[in-house]
Amino acid sequence: MSGEPAPDPQLEPGEVAGELAAEFPDLHCTSVVVGLSRGRRDPGIAERLAVLADRFRGRRAVELRREPVPAAYRVFFRHVGLDPESRRTPIEEAAIVRLVEGGYRQGTVLDDALLLALLETGVPVTALDAARIEGVPGLRLTARGERLGGSAMPAGRIVFADARRPLAELFGQVAADAAPGRATTHLRLVAVQIPGVPAIHVEEALWTCQEALTLA
Amino acid sequence: MQERLDVRMARPVAPSRPQPSDELAARRALRAQVALLEHRLAAAVAASFPEGGVETAVPVACGPRVLTLGELERLRDALAGRVADAQRVIALREDRRERARVQLERMLLAPGDHRFVRITQRELGEGGCGAWHVRPRLGIIGMLMGWWHVKLSSGCPLAT
Repeated sequence: MSGEPAPDPQLEPGEVAGELAAEFPDLHCTSVVVGLSRGRRDPGIAERLAVLADRFRGRRAVELRREPVPAAYRVFFRHVGLDPESRRTPIEEAAIVRLVEGGYRQGTVLDDALLLALLETGVPVTALDAARIEGVPGLRLTARGERLGGSAMPAGRIVFADARRPLAELFGQVAADAAPGRATTHLRLVAVQIPGVPAIHVEEALWTCQEALTLA
Repeated sequence: MQERLDVRMARPVAPSRPQPSDELAARRALRAQVALLEHRLAAAVAASFPEGGVETAVPVACGPRVLTLGELERLRDALAGRVADAQRVIALREDRRERARVQLERMLLAPGDHRFVRITQRELGEGGCGAWHVRPRLGIIGMLMGWWHVKLSSGCPLAT
């Protein structure tokens, strides 16, 4: 921890492919590259997570679906053919984990940073290994015969993709060959702005995550 | 000229295929309806807490994708059904609570007419484990003398 404020990250807009943009004009993809620190863990992150965990009580978990950002995610899940009751939105999943386990267990520095950003803003952030990606990732639909890592993907799935291949399913699994690993030195943090969520929330999610990783 | 016009007008007109832009507009309209229904369903879930009993799941084939017009219509109809069911459940529950509240009022006004009647806080739609119970004052003496009153038991039983 250097004590100096981290420089503002350079947010880069990713392309949303034509067919998706036509259906969802308010759908945007933003990402940022962050160096992954191997220093000591910042205890402040755990404290912030504990404070945020205290905000989730039973009543709040139920009311969550009526708050603007979580509500927007529930609606968007419905719009893209996901049932938020069987595949929970990220913020609702985090709320359930908090209620079941009584708090958040300490994960890796990256896990904690992603969770912190999610709890602070309601916006999920996906982390990819920057060195294994070509260009700025965007959103598109899969074509017939495409694969996500080693797995075959049905055509028409919404995925994060770089210039070469699908990198991760939207709100889903990250391809093994794009996921951060032990050798990762730089991360590409990606967040999606869905209809109903102001851009400031997405930027805040990326900044929060970047800050948590830089402080570590 | 008039004859030719009449012939042309009488000819059956083949139904025009929906244009891509029409379909796009229809999908957007359906998405707006789905959003509205989802908000209503969320409000119903919040209103039914803590009893629950409101079904919100609408099973769909998994995987994020652009839904077709037909899929959006089915989703809209299923959600509309869920909202209607939820509102029915809440209305029935509110009806039961209202009856319980009226019953409690009557118990408080004339305890002797409602001997040993018991209404829980939960039946009234309130939190906690308390219960309103019509009991005799001073036990057997109160029963013999017709001295009845309403007692509110306190708190939840201790966990064992």
